[in-house]
Amino acid sequence: MSEATQKVDAPDELPEELIAEHGLSPDEYARIRKELGRTPTLTELGIVSVMWSEHCSYKSSRIWLKTLPTDGPQVIQGPGENAGVVDLGDGDAAVFKMESHNHPSYIEPYQGAATGVGGIMRDVFTMGARPVANMNALRFGSPEHSKTRHLVSGVVSGIGDYGNCMGVPTIGGETNFDARYDGNILVNAMCVGLLKSDRIFKSAARGVGLPVVYVGSKTGRDGIHGATMASAEFDDASAEKRPTVQVGDPFTEKLLLEACLELMAEDVIIGIQDMGAAGLTSSSVEMADKGGVGIELDLDKVPCREEAMTAYEMMLSESQERMLMVLKPGAEPQAEAIFKKWELDFAVIGITTDTGRFVIKHQGAVEADLPLSALADGAPVYERPWVPKEPQVAPKEVPAADGPLSSLEALMGTSNLCSKRWIYEQYDHMVMADTVARPGGDAGVVRVHGTNKGVAVSCDVTPRYCAGDAFEGAKQAVAECWRNLTSVGADPLAITDCMNFGNPERPEIMGEFVAAVKGMGEACTALSFPVVSGNVSLYNETNGVAIPPTPAIGGVGLIPDVAKMAHLALAHDGDVLVVVGKTKGHLHQSRYQEWISGKLEGPPPSVDLDAERKAGDFVRGLIRDGTVTAVHDVSDGGLLVAIAEMALAGDRGVALDADIGDLPAHRFWFGEDQARYVVAVPSTGVEALIAAAAEADLPALTLGTVGGDSLSLGAEPPLPLATLRSTYEQWLPDYMDGGREQ
Amino acid sequence: MKAAVVVFPGSNCDRDAKTVLTQVTGKAPAMVWHGDAELPEADLIVLPGGFSYGDYLRSGAMAAHSPIMREVIARAKAGTPVLGICNGFQVLTETGLLPGVLMRNRSLRFICKDVRLKVERNDTIYTRSYEAGEIVTIPIAHKDGNYFADDETLARVEGEGLVAFRYVSESGGLDDDANPNGSQHNIAGLYNERGNVLGMMPHPERLAEPALGGTDGAKIFTSLLEALH
Repeated sequence: MSEATQKVDAPDELPEELIAEHGLSPDEYARIRKELGRTPTLTELGIVSVMWSEHCSYKSSRIWLKTLPTDGPQVIQGPGENAGVVDLGDGDAAVFKMESHNHPSYIEPYQGAATGVGGIMRDVFTMGARPVANMNALRFGSPEHSKTRHLVSGVVSGIGDYGNCMGVPTIGGETNFDARYDGNILVNAMCVGLLKSDRIFKSAARGVGLPVVYVGSKTGRDGIHGATMASAEFDDASAEKRPTVQVGDPFTEKLLLEACLELMAEDVIIGIQDMGAAGLTSSSVEMADKGGVGIELDLDKVPCREEAMTAYEMMLSESQERMLMVLKPGAEPQAEAIFKKWELDFAVIGITTDTGRFVIKHQGAVEADLPLSALADGAPVYERPWVPKEPQVAPKEVPAADGPLSSLEALMGTSNLCSKRWIYEQYDHMVMADTVARPGGDAGVVRVHGTNKGVAVSCDVTPRYCAGDAFEGAKQAVAECWRNLTSVGADPLAITDCMNFGNPERPEIMGEFVAAVKGMGEACTALSFPVVSGNVSLYNETNGVAIPPTPAIGGVGLIPDVAKMAHLALAHDGDVLVVVGKTKGHLHQSRYQEWISGKLEGPPPSVDLDAERKAGDFVRGLIRDGTVTAVHDVSDGGLLVAIAEMALAGDRGVALDADIGDLPAHRFWFGEDQARYVVAVPSTGVEALIAAAAEADLPALTLGTVGGDSLSLGAEPPLPLATLRSTYEQWLPDYMDGGREQ
Repeated sequence: MKAAVVVFPGSNCDRDAKTVLTQVTGKAPAMVWHGDAELPEADLIVLPGGFSYGDYLRSGAMAAHSPIMREVIARAKAGTPVLGICNGFQVLTETGLLPGVLMRNRSLRFICKDVRLKVERNDTIYTRSYEAGEIVTIPIAHKDGNYFADDETLARVEGEGLVAFRYVSESGGLDDDANPNGSQHNIAGLYNERGNVLGMMPHPERLAEPALGGTDGAKIFTSLLEALH
């Protein structure tokens, strides 16, 4: 490969403030100068700054992420492409990824969240898949914080408007409120798509002299430096960064989706990459780098929305709904006809070369001439110093409230355990007419169109556990996701992760990250649940205060026949509830502890991965052979909350009469021990189920009998379902309405 | 029965309409691109749900002026059945084929959920498989479904029995609580005077098989099949 460089009109020196504003350290800047043998141009500085930003380069996280398990017989594509791919059998495959849009969503919640959803869907359809399901994991600050209502309202309508217009169902997710997110909310969006496993599109631009094609929306000045913003902490002046938030246009993205899928049905695309963070720069560098070629772009050809855009602005714009493709030579007219039909821009803006260099020309001048090796793989990699966190000392016993049922009634009306109906009813969760398990259950499920196979999807992490112990918390996040997929009867296949942490330059934060990766790795290995894609969001800090470590896990599973899917709703009076798995009464870091003492402290429940696997495989077997009539995993809030959710979903009461042994009632009913499921079984099958559990070396305990219209337990007055439902359903709408009166 | 489904840029329930029509009639409908001036021979024309042109102006307003709509309007006036679902209903009011408008929901939010509908009449080509007064469950998914017409129009619509479906409570009452979007007289669907054009906000194609949680929506299509063969 020749390394001929072009004549570049570079300045003698760049001011230090300018370098600092681009988020480059003095060491990094020195490295660029050495690489180039001269001062970079402003455009080159911009290009390097985004490619070397944490967001694009994973410079702090890369060495640790490499330790995660990514293989398995079900894996078709692991990390490294736009999204991961797993096998669904019969030539079908699922493509999925989760991504954060935290920083923009805090600054401008509607557009920030909307473009997060748009970006993740683009990642999925870039691979050739039709998106079939969206999910999201949201963390807001305390309900009392003055910005929370505004953020909830904006984020939810932003997600809804984008996904609804695209016609992709949003089939579930999770939402937490916690004061530790007051200054940095988290918006993590996941998308799952379907394709045929022999029709997967990748990003490598293999071949020299090939046309580089720009399609989609025009380029504007929005989102310039978004990737750099996402790689810095917030302070009180962060609202001034609003212009760096992109603006979404779901209608154009819908056209782009249909046009891309139409073109992909022809045999003309060599490589394709969406323009996400760092827009044209990152997409062209990645395509060229993966293809082992150089690339030369003529910015005069780029469709622009605004006048007099500079090379710097075009290369750094994060305008949405754009794609870059490398086509087979001569295929341009065929491709152009499709994009014109969909009323989208289409322009040949460059060519692949054999120089190994990234060359940008604009109005007759060479604005950049950089070695590609320095931009992608050559980006800095840091082994940041880290310190392990002191283990939490278990504080004194968590006190008991009066009675379990009255405690339950109070707990179900709290921000974190209440119904999230107000949120998910703003998302179209039925479009595409394949949603067979709607939001509100353990996992959302969509059919593979035209078949009886179901794809189950769940998003999980329990940040308060991770704050207590990032290693156990990350294990728990993976285990809970696996459990949720199991609860609907799916074989869990693989995960995507969205690693949300504070400033990695602080050794204690880096320590949390390292512990979380280790915990995830252990759980993924033990559960044969590899990581196939992911995203890292660091610097989630405001004024030096970091969020709790939040490794959000998005999992996908396969249900061979949706006729045998399980649901949490109690279905028949007279059925008996049985808890599978050991109840030990762990109350530290539990919702009960938070409610009774106003504190979250002590170690989180530990996760016995052998017990998880054993209990999950056992319950999945019960679902497959039709033994059980309802299934729910036990997580937030413990056993009694799980039972209440099952009762409300099925609109049937339960007479509880469990033999709780020596455990105090509050520990038995509200402890958050892991590896447990509640199943409902016809009374005639109870004995056999208990015997089968014993044979599998699993504890199983009967809890009570389904029937009536209330929950009853011991001497306490029964709790009518109608009362419980109103508490459970009203918290969120009442809270959001409260905002209007102010 | 030969059906045609019109596809606008931004339609997103066109595939769902195709699926249910194929299931019920055994024949795949023709999918007709909005930019085409020609509309194939069809016993039924469906305007599907979605966000035509992003609904950036007024919902359905741009699509109402698509080239294909001239032909759809002509066929409707000549008596061909035209079914507009959700965005399709919005397009029908924008063309004037149906009276009134669909405003932003009372809550100002998008709403996706199952609702109960009362089938007002069963003597039409769309509802003959239902009982008159039957209460059925069909989902809605829209932000602009709040039906409004002036008093005179409303009186005419009611007087001529043009209301197809109303949002009702479990017991069939016209309570305000059962009205998800603020529609006048709880109107969820409307016929034209001739009865060949039906616009409805709920999505019958989404609850037309047991695996999806219900089959009440399928009867619209079985009614049409019976009426049109």
